Amino acid sequence: MTKQLDDFIEAAVVAFDLPLEAAWKPAVKANLEVTLKHAATVADFELPDAAEPAPVFKA
Amino acid sequence: MALVLADTSWVSAGQIASDIAAGELSAAAVVDDALARIEKLNPALNAFTAVTAERARARAKAVDAAHDRHRLPLAGVPFAVKNLFDIAGLPTVAGSKINRADPPASRDSPLIERLEAAGAVLVGALNMGEYAYDFTGENVHDGPSRNPHDLTRMTGGSSGGSGGAVGGGLVPLALGSDTNGSIRVPSSFCGVFGLKPTYGRLTRTRSFPFVGSLDHLGPFARTTNDLAVSYDAMQGPDGADPVCTDRAPEPVTGALARGLDGLRIAVAGGYFQKGTSPEALEALARVAKAAGAKDDIDIPEAQRARAAAYVITATEGAALHLDRLRTQARDFDPAVRDRLIAGAMVPATLVNKAQIFRRWYREQALKLFTRYDAILAPATPCTAPKLGQQTFVIDGVEMPLRPNVGIYTQPISFIGLPVAAVPVPLKPLPIGVQVITAPWREDIALRIAYALEQMGVAAAPRPRLQAG
Repeated sequence: MTKQLDDFIEAAVVAFDLPLEAAWKPAVKANLEVTLKHAATVADFELPDAAEPAPVFKA
Repeated sequence: MALVLADTSWVSAGQIASDIAAGELSAAAVVDDALARIEKLNPALNAFTAVTAERARARAKAVDAAHDRHRLPLAGVPFAVKNLFDIAGLPTVAGSKINRADPPASRDSPLIERLEAAGAVLVGALNMGEYAYDFTGENVHDGPSRNPHDLTRMTGGSSGGSGGAVGGGLVPLALGSDTNGSIRVPSSFCGVFGLKPTYGRLTRTRSFPFVGSLDHLGPFARTTNDLAVSYDAMQGPDGADPVCTDRAPEPVTGALARGLDGLRIAVAGGYFQKGTSPEALEALARVAKAAGAKDDIDIPEAQRARAAAYVITATEGAALHLDRLRTQARDFDPAVRDRLIAGAMVPATLVNKAQIFRRWYREQALKLFTRYDAILAPATPCTAPKLGQQTFVIDGVEMPLRPNVGIYTQPISFIGLPVAAVPVPLKPLPIGVQVITAPWREDIALRIAYALEQMGVAAAPRPRLQAG
C-alpha cells in the first residue's frame, strides 16, 4: 500500500494541480493514510441503495 | 452613579447588566476596567489578537446615555469574538497569515450586532488555531493561546482565545465557532461553560467558514445564565445563511431554574468511556450522580460517526482552501497545510458515503431521545495538555494529539445536536462534560447545566493570574 499511495500522491499532485514540496510529503502521506482509513471505516458500513445523503437541496 | 469600579474580572455578565440598570455602575467604567485587564494580562494569556478600545469606549458611552439601558439584558457587558467573526474595520484573519492581506470587513457579524443591540460592548478579537482546523489553541503566526490555569498548557482549540479570555477573567463573555468541538474543547480545558447550539440555530453570516456542513457558532461564559442571556440575544432567522433556521427565537433564560424534575438523563458509555483518563471519568461520574443519571447507553456507531466527520472535514476544508493552497501554500501553518493537501486527494465517492452515513446515524441518535431528554458524555479525553505536546494516550494507544482531542465531541456535532459543555472544577485542572440534547432543545441542556451549577458540581474555577 505504501508504494501505491506514493504513486497515487504523485499522480494526484499533477492531476489536481496541488502544491507538494518534497519535505511536506511524509506528513501529507500520513494525513492521507489516516483520512482514507476513516473513509474505509465509513464505506464498510452497509446501507441500502435508497439511503440519501444528509444534505438536501430544495429547488 | 458610582463610576469607579474596583474589579469586574470575575463578575458575571448578568450582574454587570443588573448593576448598570440599577445605576450602581457605568458601562464606561466596566469597559475601562476590562481594557486595563486585557492590557495587563494578555501578554501572559495571548488570548487577544486585536483590541478595539476606541470603539468600545464610544459604545460604552452610548450605553450609558441610552434611556432604555435598564431594559438591555447585556448593558455594558464587555465581550470579544474569535477572529473569524467579521468586525467592521478589521480584516477577518481566521487565525491565518494569508487573510491579513484581505480588505477590512465593512460590517460586523450579525451575532456581534445582536449582542450590541442587547447592550454588550465589543472589546476585541481573539486568537484561534489557523482556519479553525485545530484542537490545541496553538497558532504559529500569533503564538499559542495560554491556559489561565497553567500558562504552560494548552487552552484547547480552535477557539483558544475565547476559552482563555473568559477563563482568565478578561471578559465575561466571548463567541467562538465549533465545527468538530472547537467550543467544547477549550471550554473543557479552560474550565468555563460553552454552548454549541443546534446546527442552524445561530446565523453564521459574515464569519469565515471552515466546513459548511458542520460549522456552528456559540458563546462561552462563566455562568449558565450568561450563556443563556447571550444565546437568547443572538437567536433569530437570517436569510443570508442558507443553513439558519426559520424558527422563531425560543428564549431559554426564563426556564433555567425549572430544575431536573421529570428529566430522563442517561450517560454515554462504550466509545465515550473506553480507555479515557481518570479525570474524564471522575468528572462524568460527578455530573451523572448529581443529575440522577443511572442508565449507561450506547450511541450506535459513534466511532464510525467520528470517522465520517473526519472525512467531511478534511475534504470540505480542502475545497474551501484549494486556491490558496495552489498559490500560497508556504504561508499556511504547515500542520494545517499538510492536512488540507491530503484532504484534496480524497475521492468524492468516499465523501458521499460519509454524508449518507450521516443521515442514518442521525436517525439512530434521534431514537435515543424518545427515551431520554439528555445524554452526558466527556467533553475531552484528558485535562489540558502541555503546550507543544504532540501525542497522548487513549485506550492504551499513543496517538497524535492535534487531530484526536475531539474524539468525544465530533460524533455529536456531526449531526448538529445542541450541547452545553459544563466545567467540573477538578484540581489541579478542570475538565468538561457534555450535556447533549435533541435538536432545538437547548433549553433542556442549559436547564441541566444551571441545576449542576446550583449544586456546585459544575463551576468555572477562578485562576490565580499574574501579569506577564
